[in-house]
Amino acid sequence: MSNPAASAPASSGFLARAFRNRSFAIGFAVTAIVAAMALVSFFWTPYDVTKLIVADRMQPPSSAHWLGTDHFGRDMLSMIMVGARNSIAVALVAVGIGMGIGVPLGCWAAARGGIVDEVLMRFNDLVFAFPALLSAIMITAVFGPGSVNAIIAIGIFNIPVFARVSRAGALALWPREFILASRAAGKGKALITVEHILPNIANLLLVQGTIQFALGILAEAGLSYVGLGAQPPMPSWGRMLFDAQTRMIVAPYLAIVPGMAIVVTVLGLNLIGDGISDTLDPKLRRRP
Amino acid sequence: MTAYLAKRLLIGLATLVVASVVVFAVLEILPGDPARLMLGMNATEDAVLALRNELGLNQGIVMRYLTWTGGLLSLDFGRSYTYSVPVIELIRERSAVSLPLALIALALSTAIAIPVGVFSAARRGRPADTVAMGASQLGVAVPNFWFALLLVYVFAVWLRLVPAGGFPGWGAGLWPALKALILPAVALALPQAAILARVTRSALLDVLGEDFIRTARAKGLPRRTVLWRHALRNAMLPVVTIMGLQFAFLLAGTIIIENVFYLPGLGRLVFQAINQRDLIVVEGVVMLLVATVIVVNLLVDLSYAIVDPRLRHRT
Repeated sequence: MSNPAASAPASSGFLARAFRNRSFAIGFAVTAIVAAMALVSFFWTPYDVTKLIVADRMQPPSSAHWLGTDHFGRDMLSMIMVGARNSIAVALVAVGIGMGIGVPLGCWAAARGGIVDEVLMRFNDLVFAFPALLSAIMITAVFGPGSVNAIIAIGIFNIPVFARVSRAGALALWPREFILASRAAGKGKALITVEHILPNIANLLLVQGTIQFALGILAEAGLSYVGLGAQPPMPSWGRMLFDAQTRMIVAPYLAIVPGMAIVVTVLGLNLIGDGISDTLDPKLRRRP
Repeated sequence: MTAYLAKRLLIGLATLVVASVVVFAVLEILPGDPARLMLGMNATEDAVLALRNELGLNQGIVMRYLTWTGGLLSLDFGRSYTYSVPVIELIRERSAVSLPLALIALALSTAIAIPVGVFSAARRGRPADTVAMGASQLGVAVPNFWFALLLVYVFAVWLRLVPAGGFPGWGAGLWPALKALILPAVALALPQAAILARVTRSALLDVLGEDFIRTARAKGLPRRTVLWRHALRNAMLPVVTIMGLQFAFLLAGTIIIENVFYLPGLGRLVFQAINQRDLIVVEGVVMLLVATVIVVNLLVDLSYAIVDPRLRHRT
């Protein structure tokens, strides 16, 4: 972290400052590559991932198949690309569910206080008492395995996280003078929340969003590894690892490739999160 | 403090009651009739009906809930449809694998994370800190089941030091049983250790900036004493909180890890029970895990009083 944000010209925007942060720049580049792979997979992959060519099965990486082929002869690079699409979609929508429900709940709790706050926070504790993965397994077991149910399962556990973060952020803002001024001007709590609270906690939510995005990718991989995520023939990184488990003695790359894809993506997102919070709070870094 | 703990206890109990309603309700809508599933598709209507009666499936939903929770209180978790033994027997048997596994993993992760966190905080900004935090950043990003696969490949397949999976049972002797748990425990512990090390480091950095640390150094205490005795003790609050939360993650993590290593633990039990529609087993195990998480969080609250004596006198 060599270049303190303090040296940035006051006029430069948040993004410009963020890009001067090494963590953010690296994380952004990595995530952009993964996202680009996922987008490209919608209209082009090196090979068709639904086509099984048994004669080409379990070939180590070569010039024809950069990352090798799996036990059905499918091209691993193509599967990683389509898998990226699946992982990103599941995690992103799950973050959307968490934010869409959690943030209004958290802001409501902070604005109203009293019994509303107490009930909402106890509800939060309840959801936290269920180990998330266990509940995800229960949900997918009840409604059947598949990407949509994986999204719901992961999304539900994002709700209390965002509720807590937005409540804490909003509670710190309510006693501030500029909020008092708005109240004195006769604005309602809902309007103040939209006009003043939300813009001021947006950065907090952005950081939490990247963390939950990364956790969502890990959770999706875990669920599809135990067979509760995306169903074949749709490739997913977790499923690829499951298939690799019994074959890794003869073909270790089968397990290494999807695992690296997960690690790189999660790492990229975490670096973005770190970079944003560093940029937002430069005093954390400058302190002796 | 007593009033605070009484409130926490009450909230914990209420959470448990609501959790039991949720678990019961969710599994009520699970498709498939357990009686038909047990008897197979060729069973006669009469036989299915008779079994439904025996299992109490024909009673009203409220009655069934009350019977079930009443049983839970007296540790009677009902009988498993598929194993035909009391659920409590299954739980006792499987806990003998899962509990030691989770505890070893927790001990390992703490033993790695706290020294690394202290080491990094003491060398803040220097190359050693950068390397340690880079490694922890990587540890956070590694899915534990993938790490488990790599461990199996290196230590079981390649070096043949430990078994690749399965569990001989504690009857086979302490060492063979422990040997079977080493790789799963390491796989569970590493990502948790990475998170805990980061929390320890940042909690310590917060404390190290405070006046009393400067005072301690100024009066001539050695750096090491100040770091381990004064700073670490004050930084323990967030560290203990995260450790409590991690225990829940470790318990849930065993579900996947036990599937990687074919360990006959609670996680594998609940997973198989879901597939076999053995609802009563699922309900029992889930309630047990939820209760454990609630109790652990209560213990964490209690431990605050030990870590921070100031809290003992607060009501």
